[in-house]
Amino acid sequence: MSRNGPLALGFHAMVVLFMMAPLVVVCLVAFTPENTLSLPTSDFSLRWFHAVFERADFIQAFYNSLILAFTAATLATLIAVPAALAISRYSFPGRNFFSALFLSPIIIPHLVLGVAMLRLFALMGVNGSFTWLMLAHVVIITPYVLRLVLAAAIGIDRSAEQAAESLGAGRFTLFRRITLPMILPGVAGGWLLAFINSFDEVTLSIFVSSPATQTLPVRMYVYATESIDPMMAAVSALVIALTAATMILLDRVYGLDRVLVGKH
Amino acid sequence: MSRGYLLSLPALVLFAGLLIMPLGLTLMLSFNVFDYQVGVKADEWTLAHYWALVSDAYFYEIFWRTFWISALVTLLCVVIGVPEAYILSRMGTPWRSIFLIVILTPLLISVVVRAFGWSLLLGADGLVNQVIQALGGRPMKLLYTPFAVIIALVHVMLPFMIIPVWTSLQKLDPSAEQAALSLGASQATVMRKIVLPQVMPGVLSGTLIVFGLAASSFAIPGLLGGRRLKMVATVVYDQYLSELNWPMGATLAVALLLVNLLIMLSWNRMVEGRYKKSLGV
Repeated sequence: MSRNGPLALGFHAMVVLFMMAPLVVVCLVAFTPENTLSLPTSDFSLRWFHAVFERADFIQAFYNSLILAFTAATLATLIAVPAALAISRYSFPGRNFFSALFLSPIIIPHLVLGVAMLRLFALMGVNGSFTWLMLAHVVIITPYVLRLVLAAAIGIDRSAEQAAESLGAGRFTLFRRITLPMILPGVAGGWLLAFINSFDEVTLSIFVSSPATQTLPVRMYVYATESIDPMMAAVSALVIALTAATMILLDRVYGLDRVLVGKH
Repeated sequence: MSRGYLLSLPALVLFAGLLIMPLGLTLMLSFNVFDYQVGVKADEWTLAHYWALVSDAYFYEIFWRTFWISALVTLLCVVIGVPEAYILSRMGTPWRSIFLIVILTPLLISVVVRAFGWSLLLGADGLVNQVIQALGGRPMKLLYTPFAVIIALVHVMLPFMIIPVWTSLQKLDPSAEQAALSLGASQATVMRKIVLPQVMPGVLSGTLIVFGLAASSFAIPGLLGGRRLKMVATVVYDQYLSELNWPMGATLAVALLLVNLLIMLSWNRMVEGRYKKSLGV
């Protein structure tokens, strides 16, 4: 049942159209047989997708992004899970400061983080190295994992842990057999959200990547400032498809509406 | 207690080394002397960059433009996002969750892709101009204008407004609305006296997020503003990567961060005070 009048539904349709239009147009233009950015009118063609796969720089950038997002999300998870457990179940001086510090990259502009890391990396002589680019990504995506794991860790019932402990389970067994399975949806959801955020990141990466470690969004950004042709649409369509696949996965393991609006 | 520290240690090491330290170094850099021949002089200090920031008409223009564009984007997000969140909350299942996901998922798609989508729509022979021509109008220059930047920023920021408003609408008890209606209140009165006070905290936190993100946005003005229409973030990029004047770039970045924090804190304080007053706390 809907309690919205026709005026409200008309407004709603406009908003949906507005949100979808740029994505739909990108996906349609990707199939154009023409040399120009035009909507395919009579027939669809895969020529621009073939063109993408012949560009070694884009393929390299794609692999860079994939490996980067995978390792950064994994490392961020390994760091955020213990930190979330510390913040959610121990009280110690500085706990509030820790949680504010670990969540702060969400509110600091990526541009500021990018120039700050550029300065540090330049002084260390490591700018453009993949490892340091990856660590920079870990800093900006850790808050996403931390938030989801914190939400999961606060909600769990402690009695199972206490029972296992009184039955003589060691600390590691306790974590592996009891705590981890209970916070797993938060951990997996956090990892996926971190993966997407790292894969999409452009503003920080543009400062601290070199031509060899350039990520896909950076490659696309630079390409789009130089020239615009339908190949850009094909790459974008591939990115949209990959993001959609990750989102479906995220929906299965954690619930997309929970990730997006924090519903529990 | 010590286990709390032990478990947070990896995160602490990372954030001390890669967040606090680089920010500190950048603050120091903004006071360093810069020379076009030799570059950054790390042991000579000056306030010249901060002086340039307040005295140079170019920087004044950039900051002013960034401010009004972000303010307008925030206003548009309120005007579109608040009614949309309310409409969504009044939908029945399953449409509510379907449309919520449809409207919020662009959030997870790369901003470069979305900027490119808008450049396709707004280009000289893009879809929007084709529609204008089909309706008998003359094609307009839309791309590389403030209009393109504002439209694309609203597209990127709208989910950040809808999410907090939606969350505060979830706490609204529908029976309060029904009670008011059954007691003879008009739809407009219900809106003004019951719905709006409830969603105000959501609107305010959405306003903060949207303004902060818009003021520091980089990819949208970079791709849709072209070479002439600069915002603070794109000017910082130019200072670092084409002018190579890092201390000036650092000064701009520090100023952006400070102005952002200042506006957020004072706005927060102002509305918190007013909100408490209106609730009579």
